[in-house]
Amino acid sequence: MSEHEQYAEDLALYALDALAEADRVKLEQHLASCSACRLELEQLRGDTALLALSAAGPRPPQRARQRLLDAVTREPRLAAVAQGELRRGWWGWLGWAGTAAVIVFALSLWRENSSLKEMLASASAHSAESARQLDELRKIAAPIIEPEAQRVTLVAAKTPAQPQGKAFYLKSRNSLVFLASNMPVLPAQKAYELWLIPTSGNPIPAGVFKPDARGSAVVVNPPLPAGVEAKAFAITVENEAGSAAPTTPVLMVGAGE
Amino acid sequence: MADLYDRYSSVVYAVALRVLGDTGAAEDVLQEVFLQLWRNPGAFDAARGSLGSWLAVITRNRAIDSLRKRRPETDIEDVVLSVAPDLAGEAERARAAEKVRGVLGSMAPNQRSALEMAYWEGMSHSEIADKTGEPLGTVKTRIRSGLIALRKAFQS
Repeated sequence: MSEHEQYAEDLALYALDALAEADRVKLEQHLASCSACRLELEQLRGDTALLALSAAGPRPPQRARQRLLDAVTREPRLAAVAQGELRRGWWGWLGWAGTAAVIVFALSLWRENSSLKEMLASASAHSAESARQLDELRKIAAPIIEPEAQRVTLVAAKTPAQPQGKAFYLKSRNSLVFLASNMPVLPAQKAYELWLIPTSGNPIPAGVFKPDARGSAVVVNPPLPAGVEAKAFAITVENEAGSAAPTTPVLMVGAGE
Repeated sequence: MADLYDRYSSVVYAVALRVLGDTGAAEDVLQEVFLQLWRNPGAFDAARGSLGSWLAVITRNRAIDSLRKRRPETDIEDVVLSVAPDLAGEAERARAAEKVRGVLGSMAPNQRSALEMAYWEGMSHSEIADKTGEPLGTVKTRIRSGLIALRKAFQS
Protein backbone atom coordinates (compact mmCIF):
# COMPACT_ATOMS: atom_id res chain seq x y z
CA MET A 1 0.00 0.00 0.00
CA SER A 2 1.53 3.33 -1.00
CA GLU A 3 1.76 6.17 1.49
CA HIS A 4 -1.03 8.06 -0.32
CA GLU A 5 -3.36 5.04 -0.26
CA GLN A 6 -2.71 4.72 3.42
CA TYR A 7 -3.95 8.29 3.91
CA ALA A 8 -6.79 8.16 1.37
CA GLU A 9 -9.54 7.19 3.80
CA ASP A 10 -8.29 9.54 6.49
CA LEU A 11 -8.40 12.37 3.94
CA ALA A 12 -12.13 11.77 3.34
CA LEU A 13 -12.79 11.89 7.08
CA TYR A 14 -10.60 14.98 7.40
CA ALA A 15 -12.61 16.73 4.66
CA LEU A 16 -15.68 16.08 6.83
CA ASP A 17 -13.95 17.15 10.09
CA ALA A 18 -14.66 13.60 11.27
CA LEU A 19 -11.12 12.41 11.90
CA ALA A 20 -9.99 11.65 15.46
CA GLU A 21 -7.50 14.13 16.92
CA ALA A 22 -4.43 11.84 16.89
CA ASP A 23 -4.99 10.83 13.25
CA ARG A 24 -5.68 14.46 12.35
CA VAL A 25 -2.30 15.66 13.63
CA LYS A 26 -0.52 12.86 11.75
CA LEU A 27 -2.39 13.64 8.54
CA GLU A 28 -1.75 17.39 8.80
CA GLN A 29 1.98 16.66 9.08
CA HIS A 30 1.78 14.53 5.93
CA LEU A 31 -0.31 17.20 4.11
CA ALA A 32 2.33 19.82 4.82
CA SER A 33 4.75 17.96 2.57
CA CYS A 34 2.50 16.14 0.07
CA SER A 35 0.93 18.13 -2.74
CA ALA A 36 -0.85 15.05 -4.17
CA CYS A 37 -2.75 14.58 -0.92
CA ARG A 38 -3.51 18.32 -0.68
CA LEU A 39 -5.00 18.15 -4.15
CA GLU A 40 -7.05 15.10 -3.21
CA LEU A 41 -8.27 16.95 -0.09
CA GLU A 42 -9.46 19.86 -2.28
CA GLN A 43 -11.31 17.37 -4.47
CA LEU A 44 -12.90 15.67 -1.47
CA ARG A 45 -14.02 19.03 -0.09
CA GLY A 46 -15.55 19.69 -3.51
CA ASP A 47 -17.38 16.38 -3.17
CA THR A 48 -18.72 17.45 0.23
CA ALA A 49 -20.01 20.65 -1.42
CA LEU A 50 -22.04 18.44 -3.77
CA LEU A 51 -23.42 16.62 -0.75
CA ALA A 52 -24.43 19.96 0.79
CA LEU A 53 -26.53 20.65 -2.27
CA SER A 54 -28.83 17.77 -1.43
CA ALA A 55 -30.22 19.94 1.38
CA ALA A 56 -33.42 21.63 0.35
CA GLY A 57 -35.71 23.73 2.44
CA PRO A 58 -37.57 26.97 2.81
CA ARG A 59 -35.90 30.28 2.03
CA PRO A 60 -34.62 32.19 5.06
CA PRO A 61 -37.09 34.63 6.59
CA GLN A 62 -36.98 38.26 5.44
CA ARG A 63 -35.85 39.42 8.90
CA ALA A 64 -32.57 37.48 8.45
CA ARG A 65 -31.72 39.61 5.40
CA GLN A 66 -32.34 42.84 7.28
CA ARG A 67 -30.40 41.59 10.29
CA LEU A 68 -27.37 40.86 8.10
CA LEU A 69 -27.51 44.19 6.24
CA ASP A 70 -27.80 46.06 9.57
CA ALA A 71 -24.78 44.16 10.90
CA VAL A 72 -22.78 44.82 7.71
CA THR A 73 -23.23 48.60 8.06
CA ARG A 74 -21.73 48.36 11.56
CA GLU A 75 -18.84 46.09 10.55
CA PRO A 76 -15.54 47.28 9.12
CA ARG A 77 -13.94 45.01 6.52
CA LEU A 78 -10.32 43.90 6.53
CA ALA A 79 -7.93 46.77 5.93
CA ALA A 80 -6.78 45.35 2.60
CA VAL A 81 -10.29 45.57 1.20
CA ALA A 82 -10.86 49.04 2.52
CA GLN A 83 -7.65 50.11 0.81
CA GLY A 84 -8.82 48.42 -2.37
CA GLU A 85 -11.97 50.47 -2.31
CA LEU A 86 -9.99 53.58 -1.55
CA ARG A 87 -7.79 52.84 -4.53
CA ARG A 88 -10.80 52.50 -6.77
CA GLY A 89 -12.07 55.81 -5.36
CA TRP A 90 -8.82 57.50 -6.22
CA TRP A 91 -8.80 55.96 -9.68
CA GLY A 92 -12.31 57.31 -10.23
CA TRP A 93 -11.11 60.76 -9.22
CA LEU A 94 -7.98 60.36 -11.33
CA GLY A 95 -10.15 59.44 -14.29
CA TRP A 96 -11.89 62.81 -14.13
CA ALA A 97 -8.63 64.62 -13.42
CA GLY A 98 -7.06 62.77 -16.36
CA THR A 99 -9.86 63.81 -18.70
CA ALA A 100 -9.48 67.44 -17.64
CA ALA A 101 -5.71 67.24 -18.09
CA VAL A 102 -6.09 65.83 -21.61
CA ILE A 103 -8.42 68.70 -22.58
CA VAL A 104 -5.96 71.29 -21.26
CA PHE A 105 -3.13 69.45 -22.98
CA ALA A 106 -4.98 69.39 -26.31
CA LEU A 107 -5.60 73.14 -26.11
CA SER A 108 -1.91 73.73 -25.43
CA LEU A 109 -1.02 71.52 -28.35
CA TRP A 110 -3.19 73.58 -30.60
CA ARG A 111 -1.21 76.67 -29.55
CA GLU A 112 2.29 75.28 -29.28
CA ASN A 113 2.07 72.38 -31.60
CA SER A 114 5.66 71.64 -32.55
CA SER A 115 7.42 72.09 -29.20
CA LEU A 116 4.74 70.15 -27.38
CA LYS A 117 4.94 67.35 -29.93
CA GLU A 118 8.59 66.90 -28.97
CA MET A 119 7.66 66.96 -25.28
CA LEU A 120 4.95 64.42 -25.93
CA ALA A 121 7.34 62.12 -27.80
CA SER A 122 9.83 62.35 -24.94
CA ALA A 123 7.09 61.78 -22.33
CA SER A 124 5.81 58.83 -24.27
CA ALA A 125 9.29 57.26 -24.50
CA HIS A 126 9.78 57.90 -20.78
CA SER A 127 6.40 56.36 -20.04
CA ALA A 128 7.22 53.26 -22.13
CA GLU A 129 10.51 52.90 -20.24
CA SER A 130 8.70 53.29 -16.89
CA ALA A 131 6.13 50.68 -17.92
CA ARG A 132 8.93 48.29 -18.94
CA GLN A 133 10.71 48.81 -15.61
CA LEU A 134 7.45 48.32 -13.72
CA ASP A 135 6.79 45.13 -15.63
CA GLU A 136 10.30 43.93 -14.81
CA LEU A 137 9.80 44.69 -11.10
CA ARG A 138 6.44 42.92 -11.09
CA LYS A 139 8.12 39.86 -12.59
CA ILE A 140 10.64 39.91 -9.77
CA ALA A 141 8.04 40.48 -7.06
CA ALA A 142 5.42 38.01 -8.31
CA PRO A 143 7.10 34.74 -7.28
CA ILE A 144 7.79 36.28 -3.87
CA ILE A 145 4.41 37.76 -2.99
CA GLU A 146 1.78 36.05 -5.17
CA PRO A 147 -0.10 33.44 -3.11
CA GLU A 148 -0.19 30.92 -5.97
CA ALA A 149 3.58 30.97 -6.45
CA GLN A 150 5.29 27.67 -5.59
CA ARG A 151 7.51 28.04 -2.55
CA VAL A 152 10.14 25.42 -1.99
CA THR A 153 12.44 25.40 1.00
CA LEU A 154 15.57 23.41 0.36
CA VAL A 155 17.30 21.83 3.32
CA ALA A 156 20.08 19.28 3.67
CA ALA A 157 18.84 15.90 2.42
CA LYS A 158 17.25 13.63 5.05
CA THR A 159 16.69 16.57 7.39
CA PRO A 160 13.10 16.99 8.62
CA ALA A 161 11.48 20.24 7.44
CA GLN A 162 11.94 22.98 10.01
CA PRO A 163 10.02 26.25 10.42
CA GLN A 164 11.97 28.94 8.60
CA GLY A 165 11.64 32.66 8.09
CA LYS A 166 13.57 35.03 5.86
CA ALA A 167 13.31 38.79 6.19
CA PHE A 168 14.49 41.13 3.40
CA TYR A 169 14.72 44.63 4.81
CA LEU A 170 15.84 47.80 3.05
CA LYS A 171 16.08 50.56 5.64
CA SER A 172 16.53 53.38 3.10
CA ARG A 173 13.21 52.51 1.45
CA ASN A 174 11.43 51.47 4.63
CA SER A 175 10.65 48.26 2.82
CA LEU A 176 10.33 44.78 4.30
CA VAL A 177 9.44 41.46 2.69
CA PHE A 178 9.20 38.45 4.96
CA LEU A 179 8.73 34.84 3.84
CA ALA A 180 8.02 31.94 6.15
CA SER A 181 7.76 28.24 5.48
CA ASN A 182 6.90 25.06 7.40
CA MET A 183 5.25 27.13 10.13
CA PRO A 184 3.12 25.01 12.50
CA VAL A 185 -0.64 25.61 12.42
CA LEU A 186 -1.86 27.85 15.24
CA PRO A 187 -5.04 27.62 17.31
CA ALA A 188 -7.98 29.83 16.24
CA GLN A 189 -7.68 33.47 17.33
CA LYS A 190 -3.86 33.20 17.42
CA ALA A 191 -1.38 34.46 14.83
CA TYR A 192 2.35 34.89 14.40
CA GLU A 193 3.71 38.41 14.83
CA LEU A 194 6.96 39.53 13.26
CA TRP A 195 9.12 42.00 15.19
CA LEU A 196 11.86 44.28 14.01
CA ILE A 197 14.43 44.46 16.82
CA PRO A 198 16.13 47.86 16.49
CA THR A 199 19.73 48.49 17.56
CA SER A 200 18.26 50.37 20.50
CA GLY A 201 14.77 50.50 21.96
CA ASN A 202 11.82 48.13 22.07
CA PRO A 203 10.79 45.60 19.40
CA ILE A 204 8.68 47.20 16.65
CA PRO A 205 5.63 45.29 15.33
CA ALA A 206 6.36 44.31 11.71
CA GLY A 207 3.21 42.47 10.66
CA VAL A 208 0.88 39.74 11.84
CA PHE A 209 0.49 36.61 9.72
CA LYS A 210 -1.17 33.22 9.64
CA PRO A 211 0.43 30.49 7.55
CA ASP A 212 -1.63 28.80 4.84
CA ALA A 213 -2.41 25.08 4.87
CA ARG A 214 1.11 24.39 3.63
CA GLY A 215 2.67 26.40 6.45
CA SER A 216 3.78 29.26 4.16
CA ALA A 217 3.24 32.95 4.79
CA VAL A 218 4.33 36.25 3.31
CA VAL A 219 4.41 39.71 4.86
CA VAL A 220 4.97 42.59 2.43
CA ASN A 221 5.76 46.13 3.51
CA PRO A 222 4.10 46.32 6.91
CA PRO A 223 3.80 49.87 8.32
CA LEU A 224 7.16 50.68 9.92
CA PRO A 225 8.72 53.86 11.27
CA ALA A 226 11.17 55.41 8.76
CA GLY A 227 14.87 54.57 8.66
CA VAL A 228 15.13 52.20 11.64
CA GLU A 229 18.32 50.18 11.82
CA ALA A 230 17.42 46.53 12.42
CA LYS A 231 19.61 44.43 14.69
CA ALA A 232 17.44 41.34 14.27
CA PHE A 233 13.96 40.05 13.46
CA ALA A 234 11.94 37.81 15.72
CA ILE A 235 8.59 35.99 15.81
CA THR A 236 6.19 35.44 18.69
CA VAL A 237 2.67 34.04 18.90
CA GLU A 238 0.07 36.70 19.68
CA ASN A 239 -3.68 37.20 19.45
CA GLU A 240 -4.69 37.49 15.80
CA ALA A 241 -5.35 41.23 16.10
CA GLY A 242 -1.62 41.65 16.85
CA SER A 243 0.08 43.17 19.84
CA ALA A 244 2.04 46.41 20.36
CA ALA A 245 4.72 44.56 22.32
CA PRO A 246 5.61 40.84 22.49
CA THR A 247 3.57 39.01 25.14
CA THR A 248 4.98 35.51 24.65
CA PRO A 249 8.55 34.14 24.45
CA VAL A 250 10.40 34.54 21.16
CA LEU A 251 9.75 31.52 18.93
CA MET A 252 12.16 32.31 16.10
CA VAL A 253 14.88 34.91 15.79
CA GLY A 254 17.52 35.89 13.28
CA ALA A 255 20.20 38.59 13.32
CA GLY A 256 21.23 40.61 10.25
CA GLU A 257 23.85 39.20 7.91
CA MET B 1 -23.50 42.06 0.04
CA ALA B 2 -27.26 42.28 -0.58
CA ASP B 3 -26.74 40.77 -4.07
CA LEU B 4 -24.59 37.94 -2.71
CA TYR B 5 -27.14 37.32 0.02
CA ASP B 6 -30.01 37.16 -2.45
CA ARG B 7 -28.09 34.73 -4.63
CA TYR B 8 -26.73 32.36 -1.99
CA SER B 9 -28.79 32.71 1.21
CA SER B 10 -31.14 29.89 0.21
CA VAL B 11 -28.21 27.43 -0.10
CA VAL B 12 -26.61 28.59 3.15
CA TYR B 13 -29.89 28.51 5.08
CA ALA B 14 -30.90 25.09 3.71
CA VAL B 15 -27.55 23.57 4.74
CA ALA B 16 -27.63 25.19 8.21
CA LEU B 17 -31.24 24.14 8.78
CA ARG B 18 -30.58 20.57 7.65
CA VAL B 19 -27.74 20.25 10.18
CA LEU B 20 -29.32 22.14 13.07
CA GLY B 21 -33.04 21.46 12.57
CA ASP B 22 -33.85 24.76 14.26
CA THR B 23 -34.71 27.93 12.36
CA GLY B 24 -33.25 30.32 14.98
CA ALA B 25 -29.91 28.50 15.13
CA ALA B 26 -29.85 28.24 11.31
CA GLU B 27 -30.40 32.02 11.04
CA ASP B 28 -27.47 32.59 13.42
CA VAL B 29 -25.17 30.46 11.23
CA LEU B 30 -26.46 32.22 8.09
CA GLN B 31 -25.62 35.57 9.67
CA GLU B 32 -22.18 34.38 10.81
CA VAL B 33 -21.22 32.91 7.42
CA PHE B 34 -22.14 36.04 5.44
CA LEU B 35 -20.49 38.32 8.01
CA GLN B 36 -17.28 36.32 7.75
CA LEU B 37 -17.37 36.71 3.99
CA TRP B 38 -17.97 40.44 4.42
CA ARG B 39 -15.12 40.85 6.90
CA ASN B 40 -12.68 38.78 4.90
CA PRO B 41 -13.71 38.42 1.24
CA GLY B 42 -10.15 37.38 0.35
CA ALA B 43 -10.73 34.07 2.18
CA PHE B 44 -12.58 32.78 -0.87
CA ASP B 45 -10.33 31.97 -3.81
CA ALA B 46 -12.42 32.38 -6.96
CA ALA B 47 -9.84 30.50 -9.03
CA ARG B 48 -10.56 27.30 -7.11
CA GLY B 49 -14.32 26.86 -7.44
CA SER B 50 -17.67 28.52 -7.17
CA LEU B 51 -18.66 30.74 -4.27
CA GLY B 52 -21.87 28.74 -3.80
CA SER B 53 -19.94 25.51 -3.19
CA TRP B 54 -17.47 27.19 -0.88
CA LEU B 55 -20.27 28.80 1.14
CA ALA B 56 -22.04 25.43 1.38
CA VAL B 57 -18.89 23.82 2.81
CA ILE B 58 -18.18 26.69 5.23
CA THR B 59 -21.82 26.68 6.36
CA ARG B 60 -21.88 22.93 6.96
CA ASN B 61 -18.67 23.15 9.02
CA ARG B 62 -19.94 26.09 11.09
CA ALA B 63 -23.33 24.45 11.63
CA ILE B 64 -21.64 21.24 12.83
CA ASP B 65 -19.43 23.29 15.18
CA SER B 66 -22.59 24.93 16.52
CA LEU B 67 -24.40 21.57 16.81
CA ARG B 68 -21.52 20.04 18.71
CA LYS B 69 -21.02 23.23 20.73
CA ARG B 70 -17.35 23.32 19.84
CA ARG B 71 -15.13 26.14 18.74
CA PRO B 72 -14.59 26.44 14.99
CA GLU B 73 -11.82 24.00 14.08
CA THR B 74 -10.77 25.35 10.72
CA ASP B 75 -10.14 28.89 9.63
CA ILE B 76 -12.32 29.79 6.62
CA GLU B 77 -9.18 30.76 4.71
CA ASP B 78 -7.89 27.19 5.07
CA VAL B 79 -10.93 25.71 3.35
CA VAL B 80 -9.79 25.27 -0.22
CA LEU B 81 -11.94 23.13 -2.43
CA SER B 82 -12.08 22.16 -6.01
CA VAL B 83 -15.42 21.30 -7.53
CA ALA B 84 -16.08 20.41 -11.13
CA PRO B 85 -19.60 21.68 -11.89
CA ASP B 86 -20.25 25.41 -12.09
CA LEU B 87 -22.77 26.03 -9.34
CA ALA B 88 -23.11 29.80 -9.65
CA GLY B 89 -26.70 29.92 -10.86
CA GLU B 90 -29.80 28.71 -9.09
CA ALA B 91 -30.79 26.52 -12.06
CA GLU B 92 -27.36 24.78 -12.12
CA ARG B 93 -27.59 24.21 -8.38
CA ALA B 94 -31.09 22.74 -8.67
CA ARG B 95 -29.94 20.36 -11.43
CA ALA B 96 -26.85 19.38 -9.42
CA ALA B 97 -28.95 18.85 -6.26
CA GLU B 98 -31.26 16.53 -8.17
CA LYS B 99 -28.28 14.55 -9.45
CA VAL B 100 -26.79 14.32 -5.94
CA ARG B 101 -30.09 13.03 -4.55
CA GLY B 102 -30.15 10.47 -7.37
CA VAL B 103 -26.64 9.23 -6.49
CA LEU B 104 -27.52 9.07 -2.78
CA GLY B 105 -30.71 7.18 -3.63
CA SER B 106 -28.77 4.58 -5.60
CA MET B 107 -26.25 3.92 -2.78
CA ALA B 108 -26.51 0.93 -0.47
CA PRO B 109 -28.51 2.04 2.61
CA ASN B 110 -25.55 1.39 4.97
CA GLN B 111 -23.25 3.51 2.87
CA ARG B 112 -25.72 6.32 2.51
CA SER B 113 -26.43 6.43 6.24
CA ALA B 114 -22.70 6.37 7.14
CA LEU B 115 -22.09 9.29 4.80
CA GLU B 116 -25.09 11.21 6.07
CA MET B 117 -24.27 10.64 9.74
CA ALA B 118 -20.74 11.94 9.14
CA TYR B 119 -21.88 14.88 7.03
CA TRP B 120 -25.13 16.08 8.54
CA GLU B 121 -24.64 14.99 12.14
CA GLY B 122 -20.89 15.60 12.35
CA MET B 123 -20.31 12.13 13.82
CA SER B 124 -16.78 10.76 13.85
CA HIS B 125 -16.14 7.42 12.19
CA SER B 126 -15.77 5.75 15.61
CA GLU B 127 -19.14 7.15 16.74
CA ILE B 128 -20.72 5.80 13.55
CA ALA B 129 -19.03 2.43 14.08
CA ASP B 130 -20.39 2.32 17.67
CA LYS B 131 -23.89 3.21 16.51
CA THR B 132 -24.05 0.80 13.58
CA GLY B 133 -21.97 -2.00 15.10
CA GLU B 134 -19.75 -2.09 11.99
CA PRO B 135 -15.94 -2.25 11.99
CA LEU B 136 -14.12 1.10 11.90
CA GLY B 137 -12.40 0.26 8.63
CA THR B 138 -15.72 -0.49 6.94
CA VAL B 139 -17.14 2.87 8.02
CA LYS B 140 -14.05 4.70 6.74
CA THR B 141 -14.23 2.94 3.39
CA ARG B 142 -17.97 3.61 3.02
CA ILE B 143 -17.54 7.32 3.65
CA ARG B 144 -14.71 7.70 1.17
CA SER B 145 -16.26 5.63 -1.57
CA GLY B 146 -19.57 7.51 -1.09
CA LEU B 147 -17.82 10.83 -1.72
CA ILE B 148 -15.96 9.42 -4.72
CA ALA B 149 -19.26 8.09 -6.16
CA LEU B 150 -20.63 11.65 -6.02
CA ARG B 151 -17.56 12.98 -7.81
CA LYS B 152 -17.78 10.34 -10.53
CA ALA B 153 -21.43 11.15 -11.19
CA PHE B 154 -20.38 14.70 -12.06
CA GLN B 155 -17.38 13.66 -14.13
CA SER B 156 -19.32 11.42 -16.47
